[in-house]
Amino acid sequence: MEPHFSLWPEVASKHAANIDYLFIFLCVVSIIMTAGIFVTVFWFAMKYRRRSPDEIPPYIHGSWKLETAWSVLPFLVMLVMFGWGVKLYFDAYTSPPNALDVYVVGKQWMWKVQYPEGQQEINELHVPAGRPIKLTMASEDVIHSFFIPELRIKRDVVPGYFNSISFTATKPGRYHLFCAEYCGTQHSGMVGWVTVMDPAEYENWLASGGTGSMASQGEKLFQQLGCSTCHLLDQQGRCPVLRNVYGSPVKLDDGRTVIADDAYIRESVLDPNAKIVAGFKPDIMPTFQGQISEEGMMQLIAYIKSLTGPPRPPIGAADTGQTYGGGRFGGPGTPENSNAGATAPAPIGPTPITERPQPPRTSPERNR
Amino acid sequence: MSTTVERPRTQQELNYLNIDYSWKSWLLTTDHKRIAILYLVSITAMFFVGGLFATLIRLELLTPRGDLVSDDTYNKFFTMHGIIMIFFFLIPSIPAVLGNFLIPIMVGAKDLAFPRINLLSWYLYIVGAIFTLGAVVSGGVDTGWTFYPPFSSTYSNTYVMATALGVFIAGFSSILTGLNFIATIHKMRAPGMTWSRLPLFVWSNYATSLIQILGTPVLAITLLLLAAERIAHVGIFDPSIGGDPILFQHLFWFYSHPAVYIMILPGMGVISELVTAFSRKRIFGYGFVAFASIAIAVIGFLVWGHHMFVTGQSLYAGMYFSLLSFAVAVPSAIKVFNWTATMYRGSISWDTPMLYAFGFIGLFTIGGLTGLFLATLGLDVHVTDTYFVVAHFHYVMVGGMVMAYLGGLHFWWPKISGRMYPEGWAKFAALVVFAGFNLTFFPQFIVGYQGMPRRYHAYAPEFQVLNVLSSAGASILGLGYLIPLIYMLWSLKYGKRASANPWGAVGLEWTVPSPPPWDNFPQTPVVTWEAYQYHKPWQPEVEVGR
Repeated sequence: MEPHFSLWPEVASKHAANIDYLFIFLCVVSIIMTAGIFVTVFWFAMKYRRRSPDEIPPYIHGSWKLETAWSVLPFLVMLVMFGWGVKLYFDAYTSPPNALDVYVVGKQWMWKVQYPEGQQEINELHVPAGRPIKLTMASEDVIHSFFIPELRIKRDVVPGYFNSISFTATKPGRYHLFCAEYCGTQHSGMVGWVTVMDPAEYENWLASGGTGSMASQGEKLFQQLGCSTCHLLDQQGRCPVLRNVYGSPVKLDDGRTVIADDAYIRESVLDPNAKIVAGFKPDIMPTFQGQISEEGMMQLIAYIKSLTGPPRPPIGAADTGQTYGGGRFGGPGTPENSNAGATAPAPIGPTPITERPQPPRTSPERNR
Repeated sequence: MSTTVERPRTQQELNYLNIDYSWKSWLLTTDHKRIAILYLVSITAMFFVGGLFATLIRLELLTPRGDLVSDDTYNKFFTMHGIIMIFFFLIPSIPAVLGNFLIPIMVGAKDLAFPRINLLSWYLYIVGAIFTLGAVVSGGVDTGWTFYPPFSSTYSNTYVMATALGVFIAGFSSILTGLNFIATIHKMRAPGMTWSRLPLFVWSNYATSLIQILGTPVLAITLLLLAAERIAHVGIFDPSIGGDPILFQHLFWFYSHPAVYIMILPGMGVISELVTAFSRKRIFGYGFVAFASIAIAVIGFLVWGHHMFVTGQSLYAGMYFSLLSFAVAVPSAIKVFNWTATMYRGSISWDTPMLYAFGFIGLFTIGGLTGLFLATLGLDVHVTDTYFVVAHFHYVMVGGMVMAYLGGLHFWWPKISGRMYPEGWAKFAALVVFAGFNLTFFPQFIVGYQGMPRRYHAYAPEFQVLNVLSSAGASILGLGYLIPLIYMLWSLKYGKRASANPWGAVGLEWTVPSPPPWDNFPQTPVVTWEAYQYHKPWQPEVEVGR
């Protein structure tokens, strides 16, 4: 996109237009207020300027009525801003049920994007125009913030959390993607492009690459990490079976009921004792903290999400096991039930993610 | 300071400045006026150090590519600009300089309640400044003034702990100053100086002090927790060792949002004094203006979450913080309306302090109204962490607070130094500051709405025009700040001698000679007049020197 100078950012979605209307409303109110104050101050300063050094102006105590008026009236206008702002806030941060899922991981200093169908890209996001998109975002290290000015949306990407954001881009084009939360040395280089495409073009693009769906990659991880031994095959009742569990209510041993959503599954993997399902014992499952990358976690969740319907046999050990997440869980071939992955397949897609040189991340130095 | 000691009052010329010239008499002084001078010198030095970093930032941003300095260096520049300006200039500025000098005199006391603690707080400030400047000299710090973990606790390779220690120590200076003011205002008011007769400058510093003693300890605790994680790897904020990064933001903003009121409330107090003195009018709605300061201090403690609308905090928490953020705008608006109404049918002189007051009212109005944009949830999602925020808080902090500080410094300069500043140069400088300020920061609203994120070393080329305007404005603004530095120093020797009350203003500080004697009042004054009694002749029953 050619750099050009303009005073107004592009409007690439209905939400962006809605934000602009709200912005214009606040600008109009502000201009009226500012002009009112400026004109009044200047008018008083001219009209009542000191004409002789011994002037004694009249005594004016104040006025209850005026004070009440200029407290209550502005507040009423502010309530309009408040309500309108709440509406658009919920628009941006609650996702429609039919949204397309895309998964984003921020790390110093790049955005890694993966699609359920298996496409992966870095510092690029391709989406179809006219369809609601839900981004589920995680950070591998520090806090980042995912910001697309032309869509007027932003959300922090906080380590330890899944944050999500949704949007429906309406106008095809290429738009800025910025990291908006300061994240260290190359913060201003953690930028990329969002490409909003015609839906048919998007389907072509989606089919053009990919390394197997996220669910199938998650299934491999599920086996490599040894999850399947208990969570799919176990018949002795040591742990819950995960089929059909995603999105459904889970009864806990302390009486609470929670929904098995992304955050719940993430927590259960990293801190298994945090929430124990009713009827099961704590301290059986080890923690996987530090053994699984955020991308791997998203793939695992995609797999668990795909476990619907009646049971089917798990995939065999003959699958090529491409590992993701920087090989932090031992690399191919380490888990007992995956011995065929010793030769890593040639990476597919625009950028080989596992082979990408990591930016130098020096160990934290202490001040002496 | 025993009142039974009879000192010869024959030499009327003896004042707090010429009573003793030794180094010891300055460095070990417990006189609130001399401590105010110590603060004045130190915060002025810190202001120009912070300003130097601002200059370097604006130079780098002249071009979209990061070509002047490296990214790491740039990150250190904005971090050190923020830390120095906030913790070592804005927070102490008006309370520690003007408040220290004036509050005892305004309430009719000979000193603050705890003069030695007052001196201690200056030393704490200096020790804190030494640690922070030491970190700057040794290589700097790159966390941003907000110290967000896990970046600050685990990832940054700079002098985070030395800087945080400096801020931690300076925080105690702030707490002790607040404590001193509260004790003084409660216990040391002269006979007749009732709460409803207090100058509004005292009211606003009282509100400020409440925030200082209630909020600053939370900052101290937060920095200690950060140190525990960075040094001892105790998992508090970093999720990879069991912590929660959002917890830090709650703790940090629980102090740092009220801290913006620590910075602006004393400025509002100064403006109340300026507008009344240069309009010769009682403040319109005294009770409302005084109460508004307290309301800002109280509600200001309940709005911190508006810094976190995009972090993933509950949407309903967002609604609560948004609504209260609008609520806290009301008392600020009340003040602006009352200042304007005070001018109605007044006798308005256009002296330099009043020019700064005009500037404050205009720029604070813009700063306050753009705060509403950030309190509006859906809109904040777009503009937070962009230059819109940078422009907003500079309108409040520089357009508002620094204008008020300069206005107050000019207003009370005759009292502090005993000399008049050159009026022509001062008017010129005030106009330069106003013009330079707007040229610097107004374009940032636009570039922010366009989506330029803050803390960017390199930026998209389409943002360049507005950045060049901003840098051009910054050079004018810098000049505007250098001119007063020069003529104020010049006036110390060559300025016209000031009378006790050069402005014809009402208030106890104008009943004592300029500069005041070391114990302020030879006899405790008795206050028989309302604050801002401009409508009838004012004959205070206190000894007016010279």
